[in-house]
Amino acid sequence: MPAAPPKPRVEITRLPGEQGEVISLLGRLTVARAAGLESDLALAMAGDTGPVTLDLARVERMDTVGAWIIHKTLRDNPGTSLVNASEQAARLLEEVSSADRMCAIRPALAPFWQRELAKLGFYLIQFGQTVLAGLAFIGGTIAGGWRAVRSRRGFRWNAVLVQVEQTGVNALGIIGLMSFLIGIVLAQQGAVQLRQFGADVYVINLVGRATFRELGILLTAIMVAGRSASAFAAQIGSMKLAEEVDAMRTIGLDPVQVLVLPRVIALIIVMPLLAFYASVLSVVGGGLYCWLALDIPPAAFVERLREVVPMSDFLIGQSKAPVFGAIIAIIGCFQGFQVSGNAESVGLRTTLAVVQAIFLVIVLDAMFAVFYSALGFI
Amino acid sequence: MTEPIIKVTGLENRFGEQVVHQGLDLEVMPGEIIGIVGGSGSGKSVLMRSVIGLQIPTAGTVEVLGQAVHGLDADGTADLTRQWGVLFQGGALFSGLTVAENVQVPLKEYYRLPVALMDEISAFKISMVGLPIEAGPKYPAELSGGMKKRAALARALALDPRLLFLDEPTAGLDPIAAAAFDILIRTLADAMQLTVFLITHDLDTLHAICDRVAVIADRRIIANAPIAELVALDHPWIQEYFSGPRGRAAAAGLGRSSSAVATPRLQKAG
Repeated sequence: MPAAPPKPRVEITRLPGEQGEVISLLGRLTVARAAGLESDLALAMAGDTGPVTLDLARVERMDTVGAWIIHKTLRDNPGTSLVNASEQAARLLEEVSSADRMCAIRPALAPFWQRELAKLGFYLIQFGQTVLAGLAFIGGTIAGGWRAVRSRRGFRWNAVLVQVEQTGVNALGIIGLMSFLIGIVLAQQGAVQLRQFGADVYVINLVGRATFRELGILLTAIMVAGRSASAFAAQIGSMKLAEEVDAMRTIGLDPVQVLVLPRVIALIIVMPLLAFYASVLSVVGGGLYCWLALDIPPAAFVERLREVVPMSDFLIGQSKAPVFGAIIAIIGCFQGFQVSGNAESVGLRTTLAVVQAIFLVIVLDAMFAVFYSALGFI
Repeated sequence: MTEPIIKVTGLENRFGEQVVHQGLDLEVMPGEIIGIVGGSGSGKSVLMRSVIGLQIPTAGTVEVLGQAVHGLDADGTADLTRQWGVLFQGGALFSGLTVAENVQVPLKEYYRLPVALMDEISAFKISMVGLPIEAGPKYPAELSGGMKKRAALARALALDPRLLFLDEPTAGLDPIAAAAFDILIRTLADAMQLTVFLITHDLDTLHAICDRVAVIADRRIIANAPIAELVALDHPWIQEYFSGPRGRAAAAGLGRSSSAVATPRLQKAG
């Protein structure tokens, strides 16, 4: 790249005239030369004793920024006068002088500690409100379900089927792949440790029990939370922004019945199926590793699996799945309905939906674990 | 005869099967305010996007200030874009910056100016577009629709451009705010010697501030003339547009509001 040419400057000359001294400007008074013009003109004005006249006769072009600097010079140096301004220049000077009102650039900020304290309080209040609104939403969903049961129209099974396809069938690929790989990793890591005790064969216990009781369900729930809770929040949120939800209400459609219930029912149906599918593929992954790396043939693997994994493990795992499905769907829809204002809010709520859904799934899983071990299922 | 500041020749835009423009020619002279009208979907916004380089046309050339808009390198594009300001329909203010900071964005990008001078420039631009000084430190979300448009106009004018593109400047404003915005554009265009390229549906705007009106129909500009001459043209769409009930009301309204609008014109002539 060639070197930039020297910055063009406005030529400023100061000469004695008939009435005091005359400062003459030559060139273009535009924004491109504003920085130099401002400092040069201030320098030329400094140290003057008598009245000074600004001569604009040789100004080629002037824009509002040039006019502003001239205006400022005239304003700050009383007694200075202006001659030979072109009609256009006079017009611009008039415009900028009538717009001479300084404004703040950024909003005033409170002191640091005050701001942080206010933020903390704001978060606490918001947390309380979210918990209350979330509980109200769960109640509203249950009430909506009851209304749907009693109404002539009943549940909207078409919408449920669409959601089953989107949240379940379309998720088969990614969830299957993830579970299969997790099964391999689990078996491989377990084998490395158990081999030290010559207990390779216990890999089957590890893979089978962990998968059917915990991992298959939990990982599926996390995947569904990431996939579907976000989708629900974004779908309902953008519908809310486009006033579609309000339009539904005015037509007499109940948004809970039209939007929330189909999604909740769909995930309640889909989650156990996906969890079972994920568990099976995890076991397949683990079995494949055992066959290839530990020389345990598939028949022996299945035989041992049936011995060591009690039916209760499978039932415990499956019992958790619909609850996770319901909570993921409700959180997604709830955050969707919290969208307000602008598109930015859709993004924020979508993120919150995923984070809260995953968090609640893990909390619920811990509660289930405590509950079932208290019942004696170890 | 001066050179046209915008020269569109043989412009063609198509999206898949759909042909929006074909053989579209348009010339805009320096210092004039040209209004672009046309039915919904006739390609007014696509034309503007083609002129400012956001839409790459299928065929044809667009010259602005004597330079071809499409096919410039990055430096050439930057040199060209700083000579125009664009007011998008929704304002398109950067939501994370205050109004004053929005006005400073183009200044910061192109020029090294002292911070104090930059703050003063943004302040007087904000005043010039008729915003109260309290609007300076506010964020776009805190502004009303009319104030957003004015703030966006201040940003479009930040670099003292020679060309100003306005996409539906009065859409969504109440009639009082729309009329005030019309007068503001006319006043600023006269004071700053702007050429204004204006897309609008607002018949009042057309009557109040446009020197010429170009009509898009059948994928090209079918007429480009002062509004008085357009009305006389025998084209069904033009007749329906300007001589329909709303067109007649706007033409009659010009008589009522002419005193407010005529002042800047007189000053320009004198």
